[in-house]
Amino acid sequence: MTFNPAILTDNWREILDGMALTILIWVVGTALGLVIGLVVAVAQLLTNRWVSAPLTLYVAVMRGTPFLIQLFVIYYGGPFFGLDLTPLVAGVAGLALYGGAYFSEIFRAGFLSVPHGQIEAARMMGISRLDIVRHVQLPQMLVIILPALANMTVLLSKETAVLSVITVNELTSVVQSIGSTTFAFAETLLFLALVYWAFLEIVTAAARRLEKRVGRFMLRGQG
Amino acid sequence: MTEKAVNSRQIIDVRGVWKRFGDTQVLKGIDLTIAKSEVTCIIGPSGSGKSTLLRCIAFLEEYSEGEIYIEGELLGFSLEEGRRRRVSDAEVARVRRNVGFVFQQFNLWPHMTALENVAMPLKLARGMAREDAGRRARAMLEKVGLSARAEAYPSQLSGGQQQRVGIARALAMEPHIMLFDEPTSALDPELVGEVLQVMRDLAAEGMTMAVVTHEMGFAAQVADKVVFIDHGVIAAAGSPDQVFRREQNPRLRQFLQNYFERNVFWQNPDETAAEEAPAP
Repeated sequence: MTFNPAILTDNWREILDGMALTILIWVVGTALGLVIGLVVAVAQLLTNRWVSAPLTLYVAVMRGTPFLIQLFVIYYGGPFFGLDLTPLVAGVAGLALYGGAYFSEIFRAGFLSVPHGQIEAARMMGISRLDIVRHVQLPQMLVIILPALANMTVLLSKETAVLSVITVNELTSVVQSIGSTTFAFAETLLFLALVYWAFLEIVTAAARRLEKRVGRFMLRGQG
Repeated sequence: MTEKAVNSRQIIDVRGVWKRFGDTQVLKGIDLTIAKSEVTCIIGPSGSGKSTLLRCIAFLEEYSEGEIYIEGELLGFSLEEGRRRRVSDAEVARVRRNVGFVFQQFNLWPHMTALENVAMPLKLARGMAREDAGRRARAMLEKVGLSARAEAYPSQLSGGQQQRVGIARALAMEPHIMLFDEPTSALDPELVGEVLQVMRDLAAEGMTMAVVTHEMGFAAQVADKVVFIDHGVIAAAGSPDQVFRREQNPRLRQFLQNYFERNVFWQNPDETAAEEAPAP
């Protein structure tokens, strides 16, 4: 058996479609996940236990169960609860809910990283709790949590492959079906690995640039 | 004690305040009034409760019992049929809107310049327009002698400069009273003077101030009233002359004795030599 990368170029159109869909799922799922994570973390910080207890349960369930099973429950179990979603919508929603739970924990750790005295000072000045989150806590903690956020974003890029089990034609399912029809497993699997690795490099580079921008005040000389 | 009439000159009126942390009694029935334009220095050993008292007056700590009035308004609670109920954070903020607080650790926001540190609360809490807030912030920095450092970040400022920004930030809100919680305790000794000078100027302008401090010289020169707290009670109070010279409370005398001994660093050279001479 010979190594024949031409298999991939022969099917470039399908592969491109699959990659576009993967990127779409990844970007939209991550963006929604970040929003969910931030809202959950802020709500846990600022509200009473009647609001925060269910949110803590949500985070525990999403972190404690496999993403594969969550997708099955949302897509195949959804109709029992009147939730009839297309595979793509179910998949993106699943990824957002799954990522959101992890993101919320990262944000929560970030909120705790800002010294309490700074928050006391802001409260003494009469600044509202939400403004303190926005103007005092978020700008400082972003520098600290950026690597963790980037890490989770990379993990989510690989989780998009799981959506193939609910019939979403993302990159992994497209390339695997090419592999199984042409028996070119080595070429297709290597290609998949390289693409996800490229995603990692892109996110890492973007995070580095962002870190420098957001962290400017920390790079200035001490004392 | 509640029959005391609310005096319009009184900015702060603390009545029978207790504070507990778990089983520990930190404040045990504090009564204290602070009149307009008065400078009150609160002294005492560490752990005596002096910082806790100041933090209760700012409602950074909830007091467990008693009443604290700020310009005639009960702070933090409402009294309904003799029972007290915690009011909302917004109501707390309203009652203490005229209270400025200066922290031992400065508590500046490190991601903002000195100017932004002073201007941001004006925009967010007072709804001032950007230009107006900037203008007032500059005026406040000038008042504490830092107009040249307006664009510097806290990490680029010395401790003394950071504390002056902290004072400017509190002053910008035009408080009726300024509370200082050991404002010079975190500073290198040679930076203490610049902060105390700013506080002297404020006192001379007639600002009402309550200062928790270990700077006995400052207390002796600037205070109208010195309050000595020990084990959660006010053990002595009065004019500086009364407290530092005439008051005979043994705990106070011991405290002052320790303080003076710590600050004597020059002895008669003969005595020192004799002490340091190796045993024969």
